[in-house]
Amino acid sequence: MSEKILVGFDASDSAKRALDFAVAEAKAHDSELVVAHVLEWSPYSFLTPQELEERHKRRGEELERAEAAMITPVLTKLKDSGLKVSTALKYGHIADTLNKIAEEQGASQIFIGRTGHSGLSTRLFGSVAGSLAQTASVAVTIVP
Amino acid sequence: MNLFQKTTALSVSAMLAASAPAMAQSIDEKVNEIFANSTGWFVSFIFSPFPGTTFPWIVAWLVVAATIFTIYFGLIQFRAFPHSISLVKGDYSDPNDAGEVSHFQALATALSGTVGLGNIAGVAVAVGIGGPGATFWMILAGLMGMASKFTECTLGVKYRNEYEDGTVSGGPMYYMTKGFEERGLPAGKILAVLFSIFCILGALGGGNMFQANQAHAQITNVVGDYPGWITGVVFAGIVFAVIVGGLQSIAKVTEKIVPIMGVLYVLTALVILLLNFDKIGWAFGQIFEGAFTGLGVAGGFVGALIQGFKRAAFSNEAGVGSAAIAHSAVRTKEPITEGFVSLLEPFIDTVVICTMTALVIIITGQLVSDPATGNYLLNEAGTAIQTIDGNSGVALTSAAFSASFGWFKYILAIAVILFAFSTMISWSYYGLKAWTFLFGEGKTKELVFKLIFCLFVIIGAAASLGPVIDFSDAAIFAMAVVNIVALYFLMPVVKRELNSYMSRLKSGEIKKFV
Repeated sequence: MSEKILVGFDASDSAKRALDFAVAEAKAHDSELVVAHVLEWSPYSFLTPQELEERHKRRGEELERAEAAMITPVLTKLKDSGLKVSTALKYGHIADTLNKIAEEQGASQIFIGRTGHSGLSTRLFGSVAGSLAQTASVAVTIVP
Repeated sequence: MNLFQKTTALSVSAMLAASAPAMAQSIDEKVNEIFANSTGWFVSFIFSPFPGTTFPWIVAWLVVAATIFTIYFGLIQFRAFPHSISLVKGDYSDPNDAGEVSHFQALATALSGTVGLGNIAGVAVAVGIGGPGATFWMILAGLMGMASKFTECTLGVKYRNEYEDGTVSGGPMYYMTKGFEERGLPAGKILAVLFSIFCILGALGGGNMFQANQAHAQITNVVGDYPGWITGVVFAGIVFAVIVGGLQSIAKVTEKIVPIMGVLYVLTALVILLLNFDKIGWAFGQIFEGAFTGLGVAGGFVGALIQGFKRAAFSNEAGVGSAAIAHSAVRTKEPITEGFVSLLEPFIDTVVICTMTALVIIITGQLVSDPATGNYLLNEAGTAIQTIDGNSGVALTSAAFSASFGWFKYILAIAVILFAFSTMISWSYYGLKAWTFLFGEGKTKELVFKLIFCLFVIIGAAASLGPVIDFSDAAIFAMAVVNIVALYFLMPVVKRELNSYMSRLKSGEIKKFV
C-alpha cells in the first residue's frame, strides 16, 4: 500500500521548495501526494453587518481565487510527473486544519515550507510551521 | 481607499463643515419648532401613559409580548440556554462550512449594535430615578426579552431572501411579507412598509443623531466645550468612509475594539464589586427591597418598575425587530438555531452589562439615603434621587466608576464614543435594508440614503434637537408596535420549527461535530 504525503502549499518560495522536496520523496517511495491550501479563518472574528450579508458570496470568490492561484498551477506542473495527486482547499486555523486534513486523508507525513517571518509577529503569535510541528499527529518535515 | 475616494470624502466633509455652523445656529430653533409641531402628537402617542397612571403603554406592550412568548415557548430562554452556548461555540457547526458566517459572528455583530449608551447612560437614569429596585425589574425584563429575540430572529432567518449572487437580506419586512403570504394572512405588505418607514426614522434618529449627540457630550465632558459640528463632521467623515467609501477596515477595527471595551467594562465593574465585596449582600438587599417598596423613590415601587422595564427595553431592543436584520445572515440549515443564539443577546446586554452598571452605582454609594429611615432622599424637584455630586445619566456612571479608579472616566469616554460609532454603523445598515425594501436596490438609491445618514450625524452632534430625538426614539418603539403584531401572527411557525428541531436533537439526528 502506498503512503500519502500531505503538502501545505501557499505559493511562497519555501512552499515551492517543500513541494519539490515532497515530490522527490513521493517518487522515491512511490507515495501519493495531497496538496492542501488553507485559507486563514476564525469563526470568532468580528464582521460588520455589510460583511455578514456578503460573506457567502465572498467565500465563493475566495475559494475560486485560491483554486486558480494555488491548486491549478500545482496540478498542471505535476501532470506529467506520474504521481497520483489529490488536492484539498479549506478554511480554518492553518496548522490545525492541515493536521485535520492529514488525519482525514490518512497521510503519514506532512511537508511544509518555513515561512520567512522571523520578527516580532512570529515571536508573539508563533509560526504555522512551528505550531504544526508541535501539534501534528504525524511526522512533519519543515523545508527552509 | 484610493485617491479619488479620499478627495471626494474630503470635499464632502469640507462642504458640510462650511454649512454646518450656520445651520446649527440659525435653523436650530426653527427645526425644533417644526418638528415639535408636526410630530409631537406621534411622540406623545407612543409614550403616552395608561389613563390615571404614569405607566407608558409601549413599555407594557413590550413586556406583555415578552411574557407571552416566554409562556408560549415554555421558558425557552432557560431551557435552551446551554444549547445556545454550544451553538455559539460552534459545536454544531459543520467544519465544511468554515469561512461562512458563524453563529458567533452573527451574535457579535448584533450585540455591537445594541450594546451602547443604553447600558451606560440608560441604566444610570433608571437607577437614578427608580432607585436600586429598578435593577430587579430591569433584569426581569431582560430575561423575558430573551424570548422576544428568539422569536424574531428565528423568523428573520427563516424568511430571509437569498439572492443568486449569494448575498442575503433578512429582517421583519421579509417575514411580514413572505410569512404572512405563506400563512394566507392579509396586510403583510402594509405592515412591512410601515415597519420600514419606522426603521428608517429610527435609524436616522436613535441609531444616529442620538448617538452622535451623546458622543459629543461625552467628549466635551473630558476635553472641554467646543462646537458640536466639529465632532459631527469628523464622525460623519468616518461613517462616510465606511458606508460609502467601503472602507470596511475602520468598521472592522471598531468591531474588534468594541467587544474588548465591553469586556473591560464588565471586568472593571467586577473588580469594583470585589473591592467592596462586604457590601454586595447589602446591595442585593437594596435591590430586592426597592423592587417591592421603592425605598422612597418617586412613584414608589411602580416608579422603580417602570424605570427598570423601560431602560431594559431601550437597551436590548428585544421585540423592536432590528436584531432580526443583523442575525439573518448566518449560515445554517436550521433557522431556529439562530433564534437560540440570539436569546443570549438580551442576557449579555441587560442581565450582565446593565446589571454591572447598576451594582457599581449602588455599591459606590452614589445615591443619597436617609440613615434614619433607610429611604432614598429625592432632589428638590422630587423627580429623582439625590446623588452625592448631583450627577445623572452618563455622568453618574462615570462618577461611580471613578470613585474607585480615577482614570476610568477616560476609558469610559472612549467606550461611549466607540459604542456610539458601532451602533451608528449597525443602524446605517438596518436603515439601508428598510430603504432598499421600500425603494428597491440600486447603487444610486443606496447612495442617497447613505448621504442622508451622514448628514444626520452632523445634525445630531451639532444641535440639541430635543424634539427630533424624542421623535426618533418614538420611531424605534413604533417599529416594535408593528413588529410584535407580526410576531403574534407568526409565532406558530416558530413553534413548529422548535418542536421539529427539539425532537431531532433528542433522537440524535442533529449531532455535534466535535
